[in-house]
Amino acid sequence: MVVNTVHWFRKGLRLHDNPALRDSIRGSDTLRCIYILDPWFAGSSNVGINRWRFLLHCLEDLDASLRKVNSRLFVIRGQPTDVFPRLFKEWQITHLSYEYDSEPFGKERDAAIRKLASEAAVEVTVRISHTLYDLDRIIELNGGQPPLTYKRFQALINRMDAVELPAERITPETMQTCVTPISENHDEKFGVPSLEELGFETEGLPTAVWPGGETEALLRLERHLERKAWVANFERPRMNANSLLATPTGLSPYLRFGCLSCRLFYFKLTDLYRKVKKNSSPPLSLYGQLLWREFFYTAATNNPCFDKMEGNPVCVQIPWDRNPEALAKWAEGRTGFAWIDAIMTQLRQEGWIHHLARHAVACFLTRGDLWISWEEGVKVFEELLLDADWSVNAGSWMWLSCSSFFQQFFHCYCPVGFGRRTDPNGDYIRRYLPMLRGFPAKYIYDPWNAPEEVQKAAKCIIGVHYPKPMVNHAEASRINIERMKLIYQQLSCYRGLGLLASVPANPSSSEAPRGSSEEGAPRSENTQKRRHEEAPTTSRSWKQSKLGSR
Amino acid sequence: MGNAIFSCCEQKPSVQAELRSESRLTWRVTRLFTNNRRRRKPVRMKRGLQENELKDGGGPSGECKRTLKRLCEPTRERAVEAEGISWEHLPQEILLHVFQYLPLLDRAYASQVCRGWNLAFHMPELWRCFEFELNQPASSYLKATHPELIKQIIKRHSNHLQYVSFKVDSSRESAEAACDILSQLVNCSLKTLGLISTARPSFMELPRSHFISALTVVFINSKSLSSLKIDDTPVDDPSLKVLVANNSDTLKLLKMSSCPHVSPAGILCVADQCHGLRELALNYHLLSDELLIALSSEKHVHLEHLRIDVVSENPGQQFHTIKKSSWDAMVHHSPKFNLVMYFFLYEEEFGPFFQDEIPVTHLYFGRSVSKDVLGRVGLTCPRLVELVVCANGLRPLDEELIRIAQRCTQLSAIGLGECEVSCSAFVEFVKMCGDRLKQLSIMEEVLVPDSRYELDDIHWEVSKHLGRVWFPDMMPTW
Repeated sequence: MVVNTVHWFRKGLRLHDNPALRDSIRGSDTLRCIYILDPWFAGSSNVGINRWRFLLHCLEDLDASLRKVNSRLFVIRGQPTDVFPRLFKEWQITHLSYEYDSEPFGKERDAAIRKLASEAAVEVTVRISHTLYDLDRIIELNGGQPPLTYKRFQALINRMDAVELPAERITPETMQTCVTPISENHDEKFGVPSLEELGFETEGLPTAVWPGGETEALLRLERHLERKAWVANFERPRMNANSLLATPTGLSPYLRFGCLSCRLFYFKLTDLYRKVKKNSSPPLSLYGQLLWREFFYTAATNNPCFDKMEGNPVCVQIPWDRNPEALAKWAEGRTGFAWIDAIMTQLRQEGWIHHLARHAVACFLTRGDLWISWEEGVKVFEELLLDADWSVNAGSWMWLSCSSFFQQFFHCYCPVGFGRRTDPNGDYIRRYLPMLRGFPAKYIYDPWNAPEEVQKAAKCIIGVHYPKPMVNHAEASRINIERMKLIYQQLSCYRGLGLLASVPANPSSSEAPRGSSEEGAPRSENTQKRRHEEAPTTSRSWKQSKLGSR
Repeated sequence: MGNAIFSCCEQKPSVQAELRSESRLTWRVTRLFTNNRRRRKPVRMKRGLQENELKDGGGPSGECKRTLKRLCEPTRERAVEAEGISWEHLPQEILLHVFQYLPLLDRAYASQVCRGWNLAFHMPELWRCFEFELNQPASSYLKATHPELIKQIIKRHSNHLQYVSFKVDSSRESAEAACDILSQLVNCSLKTLGLISTARPSFMELPRSHFISALTVVFINSKSLSSLKIDDTPVDDPSLKVLVANNSDTLKLLKMSSCPHVSPAGILCVADQCHGLRELALNYHLLSDELLIALSSEKHVHLEHLRIDVVSENPGQQFHTIKKSSWDAMVHHSPKFNLVMYFFLYEEEFGPFFQDEIPVTHLYFGRSVSKDVLGRVGLTCPRLVELVVCANGLRPLDEELIRIAQRCTQLSAIGLGECEVSCSAFVEFVKMCGDRLKQLSIMEEVLVPDSRYELDDIHWEVSKHLGRVWFPDMMPTW
């Protein structure tokens, strides 16, 4: 029987470490590698031009690599559920392979396709290669629940089997007798579309700071390792003015689209560490970025509401404001805080910002200053940030807004001081906000405090050429700290109080019993006791919360 | 004051589920309230009854009995047993006791079982406490208490209310709605009242007279208010006079941080006459020597908590000083009182602070604070229990921390945000404090590796001195 195979690319846009593709080639007579995109959807989607450009680069690179193994990439226009029944028939497909997608939306989509495949008697091959581990196995090891602290996660990782080695690269030899039927008009029918074709205006579009594709990713990996070997220091580098800028060794967008295999990166790091440190076994901290990614993927895999507050069991319900005007100012870099605006401008122009810069703008939008929901931040990052993964993006936003995973809400980033500490000279600001170029370092982070002469000399009058600050940070942070405290005090009957929240502020319970509100219901003591009995493990926190709120 | 943050995080899912169900409660209850005249569907579904059973005759209690019978079938013996239980004759006290354990929604379901339970549902004891949540869909992410439920409470239970709080979002409409409800509470006697802005301080946007007239309704009618939380509101001196005139014997707690219309004389009048006041929160500009002397008078009970917010309204503001003798009088009168101070100042405004000894117990620096000021803290705050430093300049805080460890012998909690400390100095600090440090929350970036310790070593070293497992706080690498 003839075996006709389709490999479906989604993430994992690479020929190295692609076990699903590799396995499906074995024994196949024909192979067609497809990517499905909906051109109509492209223009109207929430994804910005930089991310689309990155994707198209990836697809072009993939097509080029497939040519080297005598194959091509087939870009199919349409929706997966419409496309597959047609392809199965037209190409007489017997086998379908794809990389496992752990995200709830992906799982749902894949289940639908799997059903279509079984109806068409098509055999399906799925392999895990977007994450280091089988996430379900981590959850199983944790008693059926995803771990909610990073420490716990690390402890579980230590008990997991070693990470599987990356699969070997697809070469002409791998293909053996397997061929790709390519028609004369392949480019016309299945070519990679251009940005214009997807409905984007490309006039005046600057060259990409982050060019997409597997070839670029592997080049960067080499450079990344060379640099690490050269500094021979595996600590997380301390942040300085330079680390704010895009570097040719950055890898995060490539991991996001799967141009770079996380397992390849993992093993290259391990090898290098062993070489430099003379065979001592590498600490988990070596893989920081990779493990954080894995942590959020694990937390999100069974939670379809992971990117929402309502209905999300791991998310604290916080009464955020709805304020579209303030949100737009933040998203478009018009807050009047030079540090925040420079970061948002860099994000919009280049598609990447340093992780501490992400912390700064995320804190500013949510609990720090504007008190706007982290869900809005997720959407803006989804549009602009090249490496925005659904799981990692939502998880990090929850973390930074103290909505989940992290409760020490007094750790707030000051929109003036934080930038000044990182880049005292303000060169980063001048690079992205040219109107502020003329300001001396002393005032560049708070230009509204500059005397009029200074503003005039800088040819930039605050309030005219650059906005005044949209909030009084001192006032906003005072108010917001109180709000966070209120929220965490209410949670405290279950969990013990953090710093600040433990500062006593309640009336004595004899006179005004506590409850769901601070001065709550007479029945609340009973209710709390009952809850305490239901969950004996919380006894410590219960006692402590009583102490804390005397 | 727990350090359970670290150990208990893993239980979060259930906590969150619980929380979520509570926040949803309000609207579900209200849906029920609007429909409960006709629809019995929730009960039917819950109890697993058939349609016809509800339709045929008899009052709700008849239904109830039949339900029980039906549930107890098939054996006749058990049916007899059920007759013996006779739920409708359950003493009210016991029913009340059971109801007290139930959330409002479940009580509302239960109230539809029979007339007796419906009566129990309306017992005053169950309506002493209520939290009104007033949110506008256009400005908040949270649901609001249904207007119908609010109406019902004002109509049937306002005279039962004793512990009331209002949570409002950022919109002026919500604050207005809260005032409207307040001004209808004419026949109730509240013990506690809290006006809580959950986002921006929206009460401040109301016309002062409107707010005051609603608030004084409660002050005048209640006469036994013991705790009042009115932070970020336009309360003023005359309204405080009304409060004092009606509630001076009972007032124990007053929280009024950031109430710009109150003057030092206004708060002094409260302190002079409310001798039972044990807990007070206000802004620094209301703090005076006279106030501290009044709170330390013989007639006054021991103060338990005093919270001061030090906020600069305009950059470069000059702050008055408080005499050491006034603080001494306070400590003498209330040796155990907590003095909680929140500083939101620019670095150059700290001049008048920490020059003399001050009995502060909880210190929070919300903005950047200089090395110099932190050095003074070590010298002038012998009662310090908790210290939070959100930000500092670029130089490490090594000597300052060590001095604090030496001099502040009560210190049991510390949090450091955007500052720098060398790993060696930090280990030394922890060693000096030892296991009295119940909370130690340090951002990973704060700790600067030096010749003695790398970041990976430090958690072992610190854990050793604390006698428990400790890690620095971290943000994701993303």
